[in-house]
Amino acid sequence: MNLPKLNRLLRRIPLHLVVLALTLIWIIPTIGLLVTSFRPVEDINTSGWWTVFSRETKTSTAYDQWCSSCHGEGQDVAGVDLSDPAVVSELNSALRLLAFMRRGHPDISQNGQMPTSQEAADIAATLQGLTGEEESARFTLDNYIDALVGYRGLQTYTSDCADGTPPSGFTCNFLRDLGNRRGMGRAFVNSLLVTIPATILPILFAGFAAYAFAWMDFRGRQVMFAILVALQVVPLQMTLVPIFRIYSQLGLNGTFLGVWLFHTGFGMPYAIYLMRNFLGGLPRDLFESAYLDGASHWTAFVRLAMPLAMPAIASLAIFQFLWVWNDLLVALVFLGSSNPVVTYQISNMVTSLGAGWQLQTAAAFISMILPLIVFFAFQRYFVRGMLAGAVKG
Amino acid sequence: MASVTYEHVWKKFGDFVALHDLNIEIADKEFLVLVGPSGCGKTTALRCLAGLEEVTDGKVYIGDRVVNDIPPKDRDIAMVFQSYALYPHMTVYDNMAFGLKLRKLPKQEIQRRVETAAEILGIEQLLKRRPRELSGGQRQRVAVGRAIVREPQVFLFDEPLSNLDAKLRVQTRSQISKLHQNLATTFIYVTHDQTEAMTMATRIAVMNKGKLQQLDTPQELYDRPANMFVAGFIGSPAMNFFPARIRRDDGAVYVDADEFAVRIPDHKAGVYMPYDGKEVIFGIRPEDIHNPDFAPANINSAPVEAKVDVTELMGNEIFLYLVSGKNNYVARVDPRSRYNIGEQVRLLFNMDNFHIFDPSLDAENPVAIR
Repeated sequence: MNLPKLNRLLRRIPLHLVVLALTLIWIIPTIGLLVTSFRPVEDINTSGWWTVFSRETKTSTAYDQWCSSCHGEGQDVAGVDLSDPAVVSELNSALRLLAFMRRGHPDISQNGQMPTSQEAADIAATLQGLTGEEESARFTLDNYIDALVGYRGLQTYTSDCADGTPPSGFTCNFLRDLGNRRGMGRAFVNSLLVTIPATILPILFAGFAAYAFAWMDFRGRQVMFAILVALQVVPLQMTLVPIFRIYSQLGLNGTFLGVWLFHTGFGMPYAIYLMRNFLGGLPRDLFESAYLDGASHWTAFVRLAMPLAMPAIASLAIFQFLWVWNDLLVALVFLGSSNPVVTYQISNMVTSLGAGWQLQTAAAFISMILPLIVFFAFQRYFVRGMLAGAVKG
Repeated sequence: MASVTYEHVWKKFGDFVALHDLNIEIADKEFLVLVGPSGCGKTTALRCLAGLEEVTDGKVYIGDRVVNDIPPKDRDIAMVFQSYALYPHMTVYDNMAFGLKLRKLPKQEIQRRVETAAEILGIEQLLKRRPRELSGGQRQRVAVGRAIVREPQVFLFDEPLSNLDAKLRVQTRSQISKLHQNLATTFIYVTHDQTEAMTMATRIAVMNKGKLQQLDTPQELYDRPANMFVAGFIGSPAMNFFPARIRRDDGAVYVDADEFAVRIPDHKAGVYMPYDGKEVIFGIRPEDIHNPDFAPANINSAPVEAKVDVTELMGNEIFLYLVSGKNNYVARVDPRSRYNIGEQVRLLFNMDNFHIFDPSLDAENPVAIR
């Protein structure tokens, strides 16, 4: 490597560092969420996600405060043999420990207090440490499984099924349970059913319209196009009630067709605008040449306009896909719980009491998978898509 | 194979008149070049024939058929566009076959035609490539090939050479001429380049501001331009014009341009006699101004004087930019001449080839007096 090159590289180091730092700041919350989604719920409740990368250090403060006198030499937590790992593993979660304490050991709360759930978790952790039993694995897929099947119980779907006590509404046949209404698995399929037609339909219709606006002569072409562009300012929320009423009369509420139509309607103004500008930017000669070659408008559209508009179509498809996939409002209003989609399901993951948010971390990543695949598969179109219509060629 | 006729064709874009009562008759197998400055309506005339524009008034015939209301695809014409308009997502073969496929020709026939055309144009080895992998010259040939395979009655060319470099343009020019001979079909060719027009055409239609100025063979246009526009447009460098007066003196007729007065040869004098005392425009081509030392022997010459402003040595000739009073003009003289800038020189006008235009009817575009 010659000197100027090295020089340039060195001068760029600060820039690279800054970029790297910014990227990290942006991505850290997501990484945290990702790590958390793979941790057992007990761990999530006891320690931060970053601790998985270090050896665990347990604080025994809570244990000393509440329980040190409960057992030991000749003493125990009333009848509990702490030398039996099976017993202690029963007390592995804060909730169960608290319940256990309330049930059989009023003496613990003799001073009229109970440990907080955080303290209970600490106690549970310390108890586990005392038995010398290595606690459960640091990483688990349970959150994902629970989210996919929509398990809302106290333990996990896997452990319930292993115990032979299938939670109500479950068969413990994983593939069958994936179809559960409250699960992300079903929601994922529903989301696909909503998103794919709601992406294809507006682009197809917008293609027809854009071709007409770009290459066919008819009265009021400019005016109509101007109105269409102006339609983009209509806020979607404004139309929810009237369309809901129309859909009720037509029986479209809660059906996929209703959502497809809604997304098609709201996707089209921008899609037409973008496609028209793209098609209009193609050389006029090309179409005239095709007409002279014997092409009708239809042939010119299918054989010429569509293949050449692929970059515009791809970027439009990506944006429409992401928009529909991530949409909650429309799905909530028109589909609701009859055909829940992923966004709806995520919003329902956490109970009103705040429990189950470990499921939400997993659910969030399940819903992210497809957009990520789409993004990486088509990322070159993102840049082109943003430029579509802005520059020629 | 067909003739083409424009009959009182008008084309207006709003208030702008693009074609002003255009009348042209183009015979079968003719190579007609429409030439004129940009915006003169030549391309509009071509597009009206192709059906890409509707005429506002008048009739366009292909053969005996009025084609005003016939859509482009049924007019049996093929066009080569300035930009070539190749379909970027198709191979060269598909580009050429596209029109034939749409016309539902059998596969073997399509293949035969495309291969024949490719052979004529020397692009057989390119058939599998896409347009963006081709050079400008190759694209141009593919565009021509796409027209050939259609075997149309009329070929239309819209400035097909203007995107080529100068050397390639000269080569392609002769190839298109040869193609015209081989195909024996009517060619209509639009260009702004008068060299192209002169070298290729059997007849040239010179247009300006939507009006046909003159329709004639190249030689006739050069020798006997009908008006000042044609005279100035055909020939390079352009013809020199001088405001002048016709003056009779001692039975001879002179053109008097203040700085110089030249005598009109006696055998032509009769034509200009009636214009005695009138203001006219005197025109002479740069190639008809000679250095006295190297002038051809048997010409009717008239001496003039001028000051050399700039000299441009072209190798086979010298362009002299001259100043004489308020007139600037150009002479093409023998390369053996030696001139210094600022020098006062004597030159000879060849009075066998001069042109006189009468501004009294149309001041903007004086008509030639013959």
